[in-house]
Amino acid sequence: MIIPRLALRNILGARVRTWLNVLVLSFAFVAIIIFQGLYKGLDEQASQAKIETECGGGQYWHARYDAYDSLSLDEAHGPIPESLAGLVRRGDATPILIAHGTLYPRGRILPVLLKGIDPAQKILSIPAGLLERAGGPDPPAVVGRRMAKAAGLTVGDTVTVRWRETGGAFNALDIRIVLVMSTSNPGIDNGQIWLPLERLRTMTRMEGQATILVLRPGAAGPSGVPGWEYKDLDFLLQDIRSLVHAKTVGGSILYFFMLVLAMLAIFDTQVLSVFRRRKEIGTMMAMGMTRARIIGLFTMEGALHAVLAAVVGAVYGIPLAAYLVTRGWALPESMDSYGYALGRALFPVYSAGLVLGTTVLVLAVTTLVSYLPARKISRMKPTEALRGKRS
Amino acid sequence: MQDSAQIQTENLVKIYPMGISRIVALNDVNLAFRAGEFAGLVGPSGSGKTTLLNIIGSLDLPTEGSVRVMDRKVEILTHKQAARLRSRHIGFIFQTFNLLPVYTVFENVEFPLLLLKTAAAERKTAVMDALEWVGLADRARSKPNELSGGQCQRVAIARAVVKRPEIVIADEPTANLDAENSHRILDTMQELNSRLGTTFIFATHDQKVIDHLGRIITLVDGRVVKDEMTASPRDERRAP
Repeated sequence: MIIPRLALRNILGARVRTWLNVLVLSFAFVAIIIFQGLYKGLDEQASQAKIETECGGGQYWHARYDAYDSLSLDEAHGPIPESLAGLVRRGDATPILIAHGTLYPRGRILPVLLKGIDPAQKILSIPAGLLERAGGPDPPAVVGRRMAKAAGLTVGDTVTVRWRETGGAFNALDIRIVLVMSTSNPGIDNGQIWLPLERLRTMTRMEGQATILVLRPGAAGPSGVPGWEYKDLDFLLQDIRSLVHAKTVGGSILYFFMLVLAMLAIFDTQVLSVFRRRKEIGTMMAMGMTRARIIGLFTMEGALHAVLAAVVGAVYGIPLAAYLVTRGWALPESMDSYGYALGRALFPVYSAGLVLGTTVLVLAVTTLVSYLPARKISRMKPTEALRGKRS
Repeated sequence: MQDSAQIQTENLVKIYPMGISRIVALNDVNLAFRAGEFAGLVGPSGSGKTTLLNIIGSLDLPTEGSVRVMDRKVEILTHKQAARLRSRHIGFIFQTFNLLPVYTVFENVEFPLLLLKTAAAERKTAVMDALEWVGLADRARSKPNELSGGQCQRVAIARAVVKRPEIVIADEPTANLDAENSHRILDTMQELNSRLGTTFIFATHDQKVIDHLGRIITLVDGRVVKDEMTASPRDERRAP
């Protein structure tokens, strides 16, 4: 235990120099953990919001449906086969019908997607119940706040919508906005109008048909249903995960540079130590300290910087992380347009693995950059070290 | 060869290459030191005093010849074996004291015992004893920068003798001290030499040191030109 004891004495004896390094290193520690936690939170928050409001526990798509090809949408619908209808009856799945439409708000023309949803469904967190309860002759409709803002719509407005029936004929009628929903998921908001499923089926002459079926989370459906393709969550969430991944890679480059800067500080300190403490090293050699012990001492001194940085970082990092977990990181309005389902604040997620992994990483890298100049010391001749020279 | 010698050099040569030329620091040095001697190497600068001390102290290797210290041939020792020889049997006192600046007086003196893994209680007793010998027990908690030059050198002496080495090597120990402090240091070392039987070997030009020596070895251009025993009071006491 002599080496850790001497190393601790040495770095505590260096006072300001030690604490400056520890502070710089602790910034790197805290920043890496905080920001990695934010990215983890971004992933989990965005994924969870999409699961709750859009993806459910997976989806069956009509074989011709392609979410990225709007031209194929007119053909992407069909009757629900019996093997899937059972899921719908049991409440394990809810059908959604999707059709092209054109909205005419205040004399403008907006292309929209008309989405029919069962007002009684409990699978998606979409306030569809109001579509059933709303009275009046015009079909009730729910829109998101982004859509309402884009079209200049408010609750109670009546607006004309045109669509094409299954036979190819165009039709139009007025719909009434019964709710402007506030959702963090732009995927169920931008350019979309939610209507009662049966009403849309009637309007489009697609009785009993659907474009997709959304499964309840945890529910299992049959495989190999003719004319329908099962899409699991890995597929449905791949866009959001790709976005998060891209952000994480960008963030990782930033962390790499932060870590490199902190390591440079440690390396610089160690090299300076070698330069300034040659005589001290020579004295230690004269007193019988072996080369291995001197390498161990200087490496340990560097590693202890990381240990102290972890302690110092914990002092201000834990309250900061706790604050962010409770209050979240306020997001700008512009985040809405990035495609993330995040809401007004991002709540970071810190796992034991993240904290432990970061600690081990910083400790390992600090130890390595401390070892390199220490190894150089070991090659110094005692007589030259005592004279303050370098071999 | 003298079998009873604690330190023995045979045909010792040390050459430093300097570019295309070379400097002969030691040339055919044959010396023997018995246990308990209070001896000094004297001579002008560049005569090889420090080089000889470094080789005896296993800090450096000879170019030719042989050095035997405590029955070990220095020139064949590995780095680890040389470090062990120094840690167990040799204490060093330097001209510039070489105290470890971030440690207290106690910790500086304790350092050699830590390397020897001495038990904590034994370590504390030995350190306080050594500080008592040099009259600095009351400054155990001080840092080196709070001490005078004479006090620093006394701490260095305590550090050199705390492990009770057989040999203490002192390179110009009084060069940075005034006359009063030099005398105190020399008295202290002479007393330790008497009390512990430790061999002291000095390199010095200081007449005050020379006056205390029991044996004076004069080096000129790396050669031993004179080796004489003196009648210092201590030697007179120890003479059979």
